Amino acid sequence: MLASGLAFAAAGGEGLENADINVHDKASLQRGAAMYVNYCLGCHSMQYLRYNRLVEDLDLSEEQVQQFLLSGSQEVSDPMLSAMDADEAEEWFGIAPPDLTLTARSRGPDWIYSYLKSFYLTEDGWNNTVMPNASMPHVLWELQGIQRPITESHTNEEGVERVEIVDLELDEAGTLSPEEYSDHVRDLVAFMEYAAEPAVLKREKMGIWVLLFLVIFTGLAWLLYQEYWKDVKK
Amino acid sequence: MAKPASNLSKNVQAVGAWVDERLPVSKTWREHLTEYYAPKNFNLWYYFGSLAIVVLVIQLVTGIWLTMFYTPHADMAFGSVEFIMRDVEWGWLIRYMHSTGASFFFILVYLHMFRALLYGSYRKPRELIWILGVLILLVMMAEAFMGYVLPWGQMSYWGAQVIISLFGAIPEVGDVLVEWIRGDYMISNATLNRFFALHVVAMPLALLALVVLHLVALHEVGSNNPDGVEIKKHKDEKGRPLDGIPFHPYYTVKDLFGVGVFLILFAFVLFYAPEMGGLFLEPDNFVPADPLVTPEHIVPVWYFTPYYAMLRAVPDKFLGVMVMGAAIFVLFFLPWLDRSKVRSIRYKGLPSKIMLALFVVGFIRLGMLALGDGTPIQTLESRIWTAYYFAFFVLLPFVTKFEKTKPEPDRVTK
Amino acid sequence: MSETDLASTQPPENPGRRRLLIWTTGVVGAVGAGLAIWPFAASWKPSAKARLVGAPVEVNIGNLEPGQMMRVVWRGQTIGIMRRSERMIDDLPDLNEKLADPQSEVATQQPEYAQNEHRSIKPEYLVANIHCTHLGCIPQVLPEVEAQPFDAEWRGGFFCPCHRSKFDLAGRVYSGVPAQLNLVIPPYHFVDDSTVMIGVGPEGAA
Repeated sequence: MLASGLAFAAAGGEGLENADINVHDKASLQRGAAMYVNYCLGCHSMQYLRYNRLVEDLDLSEEQVQQFLLSGSQEVSDPMLSAMDADEAEEWFGIAPPDLTLTARSRGPDWIYSYLKSFYLTEDGWNNTVMPNASMPHVLWELQGIQRPITESHTNEEGVERVEIVDLELDEAGTLSPEEYSDHVRDLVAFMEYAAEPAVLKREKMGIWVLLFLVIFTGLAWLLYQEYWKDVKK
Repeated sequence: MAKPASNLSKNVQAVGAWVDERLPVSKTWREHLTEYYAPKNFNLWYYFGSLAIVVLVIQLVTGIWLTMFYTPHADMAFGSVEFIMRDVEWGWLIRYMHSTGASFFFILVYLHMFRALLYGSYRKPRELIWILGVLILLVMMAEAFMGYVLPWGQMSYWGAQVIISLFGAIPEVGDVLVEWIRGDYMISNATLNRFFALHVVAMPLALLALVVLHLVALHEVGSNNPDGVEIKKHKDEKGRPLDGIPFHPYYTVKDLFGVGVFLILFAFVLFYAPEMGGLFLEPDNFVPADPLVTPEHIVPVWYFTPYYAMLRAVPDKFLGVMVMGAAIFVLFFLPWLDRSKVRSIRYKGLPSKIMLALFVVGFIRLGMLALGDGTPIQTLESRIWTAYYFAFFVLLPFVTKFEKTKPEPDRVTK
Repeated sequence: MSETDLASTQPPENPGRRRLLIWTTGVVGAVGAGLAIWPFAASWKPSAKARLVGAPVEVNIGNLEPGQMMRVVWRGQTIGIMRRSERMIDDLPDLNEKLADPQSEVATQQPEYAQNEHRSIKPEYLVANIHCTHLGCIPQVLPEVEAQPFDAEWRGGFFCPCHRSKFDLAGRVYSGVPAQLNLVIPPYHFVDDSTVMIGVGPEGAA
């Protein structure tokens, strides 16, 4: 749990753990999609992503999507909407769970990764060091187990005592080892990164060919330029 | 075999002559390309003007295409951008070309303006070229700002909120003016719709017209060059400048190479860093506009940051706005503030060189400081550089008049 | 003169090399421009969202009475599904000489599996895009045998109010009317006896 100790600088980017995802790893995206559907979609929609896009992009067959990802009366052509009623949700959690289609772009993958690894339990219930007092409970706790905070108290010059969380330790093991849990979260974050910009797959693959073409063209233009400028440099 | 070919070329010539009697095609071609003489000593700094035109074309074409898929309505704008990014075939490419193009446009124009500062391109007889250029910068800023509002994300909304509120600083009429610009009591669909109309029709028309005037004025007096000497002073018996070469083919092939290098950089950003670490596309703008929540870090897009830093540096709303406006306004007077005997920095004295170097450092530092948290040290530094920005223009007449300059050469050097 | 002369007036040393470079750069540049145009042209194709709306439509036809027609929308087109009575089916061959294309020989107007006397998979059911093939209006459905102002010997069919084109109950166009082509039969198949899927043909014959 060395890494989780780094996650305390909270917002601002520094102190977040590198998610180290690979959006071009189809197997990772598939596992991530399944995790999202099992653990997140109950509350968090992805309104801009339709299931059938997963058929196109994640090497899944329509049958697989139907069997493993769809629920209830949903169809493959539907967007990934949560079944939860927004008003009820607001009553339960205080705020409606946000749509997560673009969260990997607004918060960044490292933030989500660190956030999902930074839940801890106290007498007051679940809390999180990356986003303190978040209204979201730790939905993955059965996988990760229960983390407890290690605190230190500091007294500043004015004599005010402040309790600070310096680290989290695993108090009760979950069904996964810490490494396995990290891998699972990594898959989930990879899927969210893909969901935020499905075009990333095509974009990063075709870019190299465009650049190669432009290099060839520029090389020819250079030769042409030098050829003409022989007249001038004389 | 030879006969039909010559017949064909005869026919082409005949058609050409017919058109030429009615429309000055070959005359224009000669006057602005094959017999337009540009100094032969252009260096790297002279690529950016033509590249800016390339980006202008990219922005116009991709902009027209985006208009086909975008929905200018507060309830649908954000979703329609995601529609472009996901459902329109190649929509993501067209959108990234436009968003990347906007930032590159400013990079090129800032570099192009720096070139003018280096070699005194604003000096007589090129004052109007410079003034038209500053107007282009102003219109670009308005265009970029309104374009940034269209995706209707959090930064769009709150950026518009902040920038429009600046007009509220004007005494007496401020509040009425702000309401009038918004068309509502808050930033709303009414604001979005008028910005859309201005962004896609009015501003591009103004921009195009100004660019044409900028070029017409340039071709009237001819280009300056790194030595700052007038090539028209030495002509051959046919009236051609001895240090000039025809723009076409020599500078067209050179600029073609420049375009190639530029497109490589452009494509690299487009395909591998379209967000540019949050500078070109800000993270908070991937959250739909929410009138109830202001993002934690609200900063304009990078190309406005130097001016934004000046606004923040002044602890008074009205004065801050005035300082920001003055920072642009003062540029108009540059041609008359430089009193040096020579145009180019190459022959100016050391004080001029130091002043210009500091000006550039200050401008960049201001841009960086605007992105910071606004600690007391940062605020102090912002104030120093803001003061220096204006000091540069105040000192310019004196320094350039009294400093010792090197003798200008008679002809351009290598 | 030579030193002060305009550089450009010097003839090129090697005009062949120059011409070759102009051509290769020009051709590569033109290819690049062509490739760059492609995304802009392709963006005009129906978007992924539009294609979803164009997805196949499943229709329950269990309640359709003989002589009755129901309408469904597929890809923005009105598709008529008519259950023809014995009389209607028997009448079809008798009309042949009044029609422009009685044998449905124009291949673009129907899939191969509907290129038959009744222009359908099952003789009983007509599934047709009922937009008139002239200019796209939706014709009136007049299925009964009764004299009409435009045809005293009307045997039932479709009559377009826009420009007076006539079609029989297999969607075949009469000769001598503005429309030249039979009504389009969309791809479809029977999922079971009471369900039609419009937009996908029977297996292997889409």
